[in-house]
Amino acid sequence: MSTIFDRLLLREKKSATTAKERLRLILVHDRIDLTSSALDSLKDELIMVISKYVSIDTDAVEININQEGREQTLIAIIPLQDSRKRGVR
Amino acid sequence: MKAQVITITSGKGGVGKTTVTANIGVALAALGKNVVCIDTDIGLRNLDVVMGLENRIVYDLVDAIEKHCRLRQAMIRDKRYSTLFLIPAAQTRDKNAISPSDMLRICGEIRPEFDFILIDSPAGIERGFRNAIAPADMIIVVTNPEVSAVRDADRIIGLIEAQEKGPVKLIINRFNPSLVRRGDMLTSEDVLELLAVDIIGIVPEDESVLVSTNHGQPVVLNHKSLAGKAFENISQRLIGEEVPWMNLASKPDFFGRLSRLIRSGGS
Repeated sequence: MSTIFDRLLLREKKSATTAKERLRLILVHDRIDLTSSALDSLKDELIMVISKYVSIDTDAVEININQEGREQTLIAIIPLQDSRKRGVR
Repeated sequence: MKAQVITITSGKGGVGKTTVTANIGVALAALGKNVVCIDTDIGLRNLDVVMGLENRIVYDLVDAIEKHCRLRQAMIRDKRYSTLFLIPAAQTRDKNAISPSDMLRICGEIRPEFDFILIDSPAGIERGFRNAIAPADMIIVVTNPEVSAVRDADRIIGLIEAQEKGPVKLIINRFNPSLVRRGDMLTSEDVLELLAVDIIGIVPEDESVLVSTNHGQPVVLNHKSLAGKAFENISQRLIGEEVPWMNLASKPDFFGRLSRLIRSGGS
């Protein structure tokens, strides 16, 4: 068990904090039944489809599952590239 | 009189469903309500021993369903409260001996005569669980502030929502304030944030639960017990009273503070 002194020096993470962080991830995956590798392929395919119509900054694409109460939402942030800037490059 | 049917379930085994059922049953009877507790854990009956009524069993739930006896004959009257009854589970059958429609029929039959029907569900997410929630007007999910119990509670809540049953109310059982203070146990706020359901009670970990179960006396009968007080509060909330939350996050006691002081000074 850690003392106050240990915590100040080593900044040891409390086990309840670890439990909560782990549970947050476990519950998201249990609820939507989507593995992280499936989420990665979803991201890749999404990039492919959107790139057919507009040019996007593929490295900056972010896909997250947002929790609100017991509802989950898929949030995709897809930065678009300015077509005029592309012309100059 | 039309009883409210409350099913007590959890997903994970060993979190305290049976203890919760027995204690809420006794506390509601002590408040003057007419209560029937039904053990639906066919093959693994236990509510009878927690209530201290194991010697009085003649007929059980399956006998009543299969009409080997009248339903009234399978209802055992409590030793302490004349308005409290138990319908025990069958010990020598399995969960397939009853169906959700049997449960609907049995509860329909006793509803007019009682205020509350408490159904103790078996662990798991299979037939036994579906039998237990079929007639429910409210479902109490019992969990412990611990990773696997919270995960299973979430799974059960998802299944209840998928079947459009509910409302769901949460009980956090075996809550240990000193572990929380040390940062080694999830707080009730953590559990509520993760599960996103309404809470109806937090029951502190308390040795007197084991001691009273040894005697076949539900802990709520012990007025010195903190856990007993928590069960009493839950029962009052069930009859619609506003009960303030127990202060479980109070400061460490003198010896706790002393030992902390010694530990921090010595390192």
